[in-house]
Amino acid sequence: MSNKYFKYIIFLLLLFPTTMYGKDHAEEKKENKFDIKGMIMHHISDMHSFPLFSFEKEGKDVHIDLPLPIILISNGQFFFFLSSEFHHGESIVTKGTNSFVLHHEKIYETDINGTLELDEKGHPHNKRPIDLSITRNVFSLWLSAILLLVIFFNVAKKYNNPLKKPSGIQSLLEPIILFVRDDIAIQQIGKHKADKYIPFLLTLFFFIWINNLLGIIPFFPGGSNLTGNISVTFVLAIITFIITNFSGNRSYWRHILAPPGIPVFVYIILVPIEIIGLFTKPFALMVRLFANITAGHIIMLSMASLIFIFSSLAVSLPVSFLLQFIMSILELLVGFLQAFIFTLLSALFIGMAVHEETH
Amino acid sequence: MEQVAIGLGLILIGVGLGIGLIGKSAMDAIGRQPEASSKIQTAMIIAAALIEGAGLLAIIFAWLGR
Repeated sequence: MSNKYFKYIIFLLLLFPTTMYGKDHAEEKKENKFDIKGMIMHHISDMHSFPLFSFEKEGKDVHIDLPLPIILISNGQFFFFLSSEFHHGESIVTKGTNSFVLHHEKIYETDINGTLELDEKGHPHNKRPIDLSITRNVFSLWLSAILLLVIFFNVAKKYNNPLKKPSGIQSLLEPIILFVRDDIAIQQIGKHKADKYIPFLLTLFFFIWINNLLGIIPFFPGGSNLTGNISVTFVLAIITFIITNFSGNRSYWRHILAPPGIPVFVYIILVPIEIIGLFTKPFALMVRLFANITAGHIIMLSMASLIFIFSSLAVSLPVSFLLQFIMSILELLVGFLQAFIFTLLSALFIGMAVHEETH
Repeated sequence: MEQVAIGLGLILIGVGLGIGLIGKSAMDAIGRQPEASSKIQTAMIIAAALIEGAGLLAIIFAWLGR
């Protein structure tokens, strides 16, 4: 028995020096504390520019960003300018008679001096223009759409000559497409009805997957938390909801509104539950994808923040690097798994809606 | 903050137990009937996703109530 637990004890003992070492340093550096929570929240949320890299020069933080276009509608007027005019929320942008201020990634309309009327909680209650800006998430949404179009048009072109042997990226994607078709669509919906839904399921799967993968890339074209944005997952879930309920047949609706084989007085309990169930299914889809991907991003950023927590390069660099490496591999799996689960559950709901009664 | 931490721990215990039991039974079943493994895997992932959904909902509520 002692042999069995011996290695765990050694492992725990090995862990102790690092944590204690880190703690001492963190207490020393309290006055120069790095705002980890703020940094993480900033990085997982949407932004008006694409951060490339930053460094310190003459005691000042220099951020190099890719400016993205800002499109605002205020009082029926359009405003176009680049996000670099805000200088990270330090400048006021004046266009004609309107002035705009960037405060915590939200754009407010102010007077010419840029005064924000803050309430007691520190939230400004200035008027907000309608913000149609090309933000970081919109940028990566378009990027992934272009990538998907390029990849899949290339693959589709190769099937013009069916006698040619598969080559290139076609060999990589064909088994995955067949997996979605055979193991998700046909298995859940049924052979005769699956054809209509396969394009949607394939699009859903590859869109979520490519965005999960782009989110793992820590630098420029990737790194944005697109599938971890609740609006994006909301739209994906709404599409599934609409398709499910519009393809629902008679027996699907009868099972919801008047379940057969049940005494009538039970309807009072059962029918509301079934109707709530209509909405909880896409809600769970939305929250699952959002929470999984956001949690992944938070974990990766926390691992990177270990460098600032330990404030010792010799300890933190190997620890942080190793943990991030392991988490990246896990995130590769999670990225695939969440795309798979979203598609699988969508197919399952559609299959429930189109299922013909046999009894 | 401490209450949220305790809540997150409790969520983790529940979800871990649930998904662990599913994994256990799925592996038992695959060991018994290896030819049915693809069907078992699909059913396992669906059940795990449902449990995970409940767990994530609890995490969201814990986060909102902090």
